[in-house]
Amino acid sequence: MQEQDVRMHVNGKQVSGKVETRTHLGDFLRQAAGLTGTHLGCEHGVCGACTVIVDGDAVRSCLMLAVQADNCEVITIEGIAKEDGSLHPLQEAFRNNHALQCGFCTAGMITSLYAFLTENPERNEEEIREAISGNICRCTGYQGIVLAAKEAASKMAKDRN
Amino acid sequence: MGVRQIGARVHRVEDDNLIRGEGKYLDDIQLPNMGYAAFLRSSMAHAKISITDTEAARTLDGVQAVFTYDTLPSSLVSKTQLETYPAPIIKQSMCPELLANDEVAHVGQAIAMVIANTRHVAEDACELIQVEYTPLTPVVDVIKAAKSDSQLTHSSLKDNIAASIETKFGDVETAFEECEDSIELSFKQHRGGCHSMECRGVLGDWQQQLGELTLYSSTQCPYLVRRMVSRQLGCPESSIRVIAPDVGGGFGPKAGYYPEEALIAIASKELRKPVKWTEDRREHFISTNQQRDQIWKLEVAFKKNGEITALKGHVTLDSGAFLNYGLLLSATTLMPLPGPYKIKNLHVTLDAVYTNTVSTSPVRGAGRPNAAYAMDRVIDAVARHLSIDPAEMRQINLVKNEDFPYQPGSKHRNGSMMTYDSGDYTGMLAMVKEMADYDGFRKEQQEARARGKYLGIGLACFIEDTGMGPYEGVNVRVDVTGNIIASTGATSQGQGHATVIAQVIAENLDIDISKIRVEAGDTGKFPHGIGAIGSRTGVNVGISANDAAIQVKNKALKLASILLEKPEDELELSDGAVRARSDSNQFITLADLALQLSPAVAGKLPEGFETAGLEAVSYQTTDYMPHSSGANIAKVEVDVVTGGIKILDYYVVHDCGRILNPMIVDGQIIGGVVHGIGNAMFEQMVYDDSGNPMTTNYGDYLLPLASEMPEIHVAHIETPSPANPMGLKGAGEGGTIPAIGAMINAIEDALTPFDAYIAKYPVTPEYILELVDGEKMAAE
Repeated sequence: MQEQDVRMHVNGKQVSGKVETRTHLGDFLRQAAGLTGTHLGCEHGVCGACTVIVDGDAVRSCLMLAVQADNCEVITIEGIAKEDGSLHPLQEAFRNNHALQCGFCTAGMITSLYAFLTENPERNEEEIREAISGNICRCTGYQGIVLAAKEAASKMAKDRN
Repeated sequence: MGVRQIGARVHRVEDDNLIRGEGKYLDDIQLPNMGYAAFLRSSMAHAKISITDTEAARTLDGVQAVFTYDTLPSSLVSKTQLETYPAPIIKQSMCPELLANDEVAHVGQAIAMVIANTRHVAEDACELIQVEYTPLTPVVDVIKAAKSDSQLTHSSLKDNIAASIETKFGDVETAFEECEDSIELSFKQHRGGCHSMECRGVLGDWQQQLGELTLYSSTQCPYLVRRMVSRQLGCPESSIRVIAPDVGGGFGPKAGYYPEEALIAIASKELRKPVKWTEDRREHFISTNQQRDQIWKLEVAFKKNGEITALKGHVTLDSGAFLNYGLLLSATTLMPLPGPYKIKNLHVTLDAVYTNTVSTSPVRGAGRPNAAYAMDRVIDAVARHLSIDPAEMRQINLVKNEDFPYQPGSKHRNGSMMTYDSGDYTGMLAMVKEMADYDGFRKEQQEARARGKYLGIGLACFIEDTGMGPYEGVNVRVDVTGNIIASTGATSQGQGHATVIAQVIAENLDIDISKIRVEAGDTGKFPHGIGAIGSRTGVNVGISANDAAIQVKNKALKLASILLEKPEDELELSDGAVRARSDSNQFITLADLALQLSPAVAGKLPEGFETAGLEAVSYQTTDYMPHSSGANIAKVEVDVVTGGIKILDYYVVHDCGRILNPMIVDGQIIGGVVHGIGNAMFEQMVYDDSGNPMTTNYGDYLLPLASEMPEIHVAHIETPSPANPMGLKGAGEGGTIPAIGAMINAIEDALTPFDAYIAKYPVTPEYILELVDGEKMAAE
């Protein structure tokens, strides 16, 4: 199997490796970069658990090859908290609103919402529900997640102004 | 200090790791020199097989081993999966060979296992294994399979009936002879699969020098896995440690014992190295147990005033290809009948029938959602027949408060009489009607119909036997740093048990919750356990943690009394120390007390102390099961042109006795309701006539999404259970159990002008159009 060199910025750090071209970004992040916070739920591009942020956009890391992310800026769940370890408003809101149970979909939920609310935090409930309609959660029934997103959105809007 | 913990909305101790991406799930565990497993699975539903070549796979670069039935070690006690729950009533028990020998019985059955340097290579090698299939006739439809002249699902069977069971009490025949009126109804129930966002996974780590195996499994029941792998491999239980790390959801199907658990243990032992297998999503659809079909035919006898006097009928339950989880699904289907309704004469039989599809076992609620659905459909059908409002019909038939403790007449599967311990069923009905403005909605519905808009409201009332014993133990230990370590046999897949255990201990020992470390899901840390099934953990672990913490507190006070030379009643435990009430400067910390009882420090134990350590273990038992209950209302709007269903609102009144953490309970209820809505509207595991699964990804198999879910309004009543000292009842499945019935009753209610009867679920847009058009055509 043909191997290629890849190099990308992940959570502000340079990560490089030699990968088979068939290796998807999710596997590369988990195995080569050791960032196991990104979870693979279906590898069909439907469940959204593996969502990471590539050059500002939320993407499914199971649908993108590692070699396609060459030279890209990638943010994973491990890069969401601030450098001093304090939580991002989304993470705080997830805890406050019981927006996670098993925690397996959580990384994808937070990264999807991070990209969505960073672009514009002024969002209503319907828009939030639409934004996470590509992320499946089997535990929570989504209610806590929506509450958390609303709480974080208003904090993020305040921080921005 | 002195902050109340029990009953408070305490944030979860589990969350910090998980929201930072620092959880440790099965696939996150990397061990040095690890091999990766992949399985070759049957592509046919029923066939004779012969493996003609494994050489190409064996010699592929990076492959370490290829296992087939023939090359499994002869030291195994059996090459066939041992029965998890054997029972004399099982007529014909079929469990799969760990790897199929010469016949396969469903698409997805494991035929060969490859271990390689990477998962990619292991999968490549599976492709190179040559299998010759000689097709046999697959039996996919459970009704056809149940017939005595059916083709067989396995060549070795006499017929396809795995077992026949019944629930019977009263005098059904006389009740039908004497009844004022009766109706018949039949329906098909379909519940999907597990669909935890984390698939299954197993990692075996055999240590040759120690002769010990550490087996990590994404399981709900590590002690069961230890027991079964021990028996399968013929290794003592003490040589096997099973660890359930962070588990990404369970919902029932992760409670079983699977061939892969034994196979990965075997591979690790044979290769003397760690071996990991992570199930992929397609494998989850074709190899993890599902729940699927039940066909119900019922007859109901009643009085003209709506009082139901008797119920009889038959259930045909699709067991799938194997009965690797015993009859628990069958038993939990019949046992809850007749639910919260007073029906004195009842006889329902059930056949568990093999088909050439994936095996079944309980999914959230097990058979209880099926039983609850049956009862709520019966109530609505009789209400419609007699033109009585469905809410009034429930009021007439519900068990009343003066009836508790109430024995419906059925037997629990441990042989005891079912006993509903406490509740307020009619009060909850009144409360949920009020919350949903039931009467107001009826008016709104009339007005909407006049405008060609079809609104519907559906009710469901249910009971749930929870907290099944005999126990779930907890050990509470104060260590020499003053931290508290709680170890337990309970396991968690997201339910927040660690938080709840910590709350109970924190309240009893008056200590900050951050000082408590909960160790769970590890057979190496606690000797006995059962697992997270049947809404039992909160109850069992709650009362054991409470009891163990009280024992530790008493022990601390007793020792402090000796050391401080004060009578115990002049001492109090607060903020990590025992203090004199009269002088808070006179104190001894829990850390120092623990040190005094530490075996290395204490030359001898103080007078009156029989056990070392500032610790206590408790296995509180509960033979008498607490029954949770509830009343739900769903409101929907059905678009008869597109067949689309919009869920407008959903209301729950739930009673799980004394609530330990309302935030966690509400999370369980809301998530559970959405699971039920998924069953009612979306989830459908489809097989074609040849037994090929047609829905093996989330594009084809639909799960509920945020964009379709309504706001779910939850309220509680708390009738403490007399069945345990804390008044607890379980809460894990009470969201799901009534939800299908409430939803289908609501959809059918919306279609009243079309006189539609919903005979199956999930109710898809296509089915709505069929119901609407069919009725229109019949009218023309």
